[in-house]
Amino acid sequence: MTDHGTIDAAVIRRDFPLFERDFGGRSLAYLDSASTSLKPRAVIDAVNAYNTRYTANVHRGIYATSEEATAAYEGARASVRRFLNARETAEIIFVRNATEAINLVAYSWGRQHIGQADTIVLTELEHHANLVPWQLLVQEKDADLEFVAIDDDGRLNQQSFEVLLRTRPKLVAFTHVSNGLGTINPVREMVEQAHAAGALVLIDGAQAVPHGPVDVQALGADFYVFSGHKVLAPTGSGVLWARRELLEAMPPFMGGGDMIREVHLRRTTFNDLPWKFEAGTPDIAAAIGLGAALEYLAGIGMDNVRAHEKALTDYALDLLPREVPGIRLYGPRNSTERAGIITFNLPGVHPHDVATLLDREAVAIRAGHHCTQPLHERLGEAATGRASFNVYSSREDLDRLAAGLRKVQRIFSDNPDVRAVKASAAAPAHDKASSAVPAAPASVGGPS
Amino acid sequence: MDDLYRDEILEHYRRPHNFGTLPEPDASYEGANPLCGDRITLMLDIDADGLVSDVAFTGRGCAISQASASMLTDEIRGRPVAEVAVLQGRDVLELLGIEISPARLKCALLSLDTLQHAVAERGARIAAASHGSVDAGPGSAEAATAHEVRA
Repeated sequence: MTDHGTIDAAVIRRDFPLFERDFGGRSLAYLDSASTSLKPRAVIDAVNAYNTRYTANVHRGIYATSEEATAAYEGARASVRRFLNARETAEIIFVRNATEAINLVAYSWGRQHIGQADTIVLTELEHHANLVPWQLLVQEKDADLEFVAIDDDGRLNQQSFEVLLRTRPKLVAFTHVSNGLGTINPVREMVEQAHAAGALVLIDGAQAVPHGPVDVQALGADFYVFSGHKVLAPTGSGVLWARRELLEAMPPFMGGGDMIREVHLRRTTFNDLPWKFEAGTPDIAAAIGLGAALEYLAGIGMDNVRAHEKALTDYALDLLPREVPGIRLYGPRNSTERAGIITFNLPGVHPHDVATLLDREAVAIRAGHHCTQPLHERLGEAATGRASFNVYSSREDLDRLAAGLRKVQRIFSDNPDVRAVKASAAAPAHDKASSAVPAAPASVGGPS
Repeated sequence: MDDLYRDEILEHYRRPHNFGTLPEPDASYEGANPLCGDRITLMLDIDADGLVSDVAFTGRGCAISQASASMLTDEIRGRPVAEVAVLQGRDVLELLGIEISPARLKCALLSLDTLQHAVAERGARIAAASHGSVDAGPGSAEAATAHEVRA
């Protein structure tokens, strides 16, 4: 057991070749894992093996490599099933990413079941991927959207949720973990309430699957989606899980090869699940990479991943207000309600300037609205900075973030003495920061 | 260590020149960069000789976008609007005097983009007014439209 959970990040990092690259005499402090994750060698090797040793299409060739490719592709589906504890592989649909999975549900299930004046309940926390497909659907169907409010700490307001359930929505769709604030939502309780109100539930798991154990049966949702590339897998891999009864009743999303049983000039019968929803040659290499990524993580144990990131979140929530005076943090202050995502602003400095200056220290963060513009409107900020973790993240990454942020503050400080200090490059950063930066109390509450 | 954030840029960011509004601008436009939330409203007064007699901007955003607006408004004050209309991106980058990475180019050029829109809208308005109603003088038509543009 290390001092930050049961994972030794130094050991884990050896599995990720990107850390071998030199960024001016140091490795990259990669703190943008909520955007996309780095890839371990196990994933890279799996993708390479498909591309070099058994390249072939799936479900088609009557020869050895095609059978190997089919076995690897379907093996990856079995890995996903185990990882999510789904009942059967027929419920695992490979798609490009979480966005495509949500669009699939909106087009296929949504067009069939959402009619005029029906309500879909979303939340103010949602990523654009869980907003825009529903906007398109309700425009087409003349239906309504309602939004669960958030409180100032970025938690979903459960009273607001209960009120909206009285509108008898057909569907409730919300994120498991907020990509903007890291909030972990009480999915199981909300699913129960939504079901009691007669709604189906779609959960956007894009930020949850990489960071802790997910059991779709225990959560009880009807649809669960995630992107592979955020969970150590290649881009182009993603998953829609849904209960078999729902998938059976849903019309295909796209037509083409592989999703058919028999095609005649004017009619077609469709393939069984899950292939009914996988038209055309899929991203075979990416799916195989996803299987390898989930097996790699299963080997570490998702409980350990969660413990590691929770410890890092505690470390960051303690370190940043202490070391970076005046920093403003957003979202829940308690790591039990928060995944490894820290959203912040330095008053007086635009997050783009922060990100540009951190980049020069080989610290990579996200700056902007993180595809959550409505959330940022709610926070009253056009943009924020966001540091996000994964299994390979370490305390050192966060120490470098804090040091980088102090440097940003020195550069942007309006105090002429500080600019004099800045000019003398030899000055040790640490001491000067504490004396130079106006000792504004660290603002650590919700958005003001 | 950081030319991008050299003192002159930071000075313009902290104490932007020409920051504010004009009561009855002859040209006005609100430009935005939705990706980062940068926002600039630029206002121009143009005298009978076609010179930019006054200029002001308000807005918020990153140091690069705000410093660029501050420097650009300094640059165009007193110059013929016809000359201002043909300013190019490289002119603004020259003013800034720093290397801008592709990801930050939109920040650096937001003020120029806003200026070009303001000037183009005024041009379109004058063209429309000269073909339009004789009841309202061109001046009053312009003022009315300028308010609409700002709203």
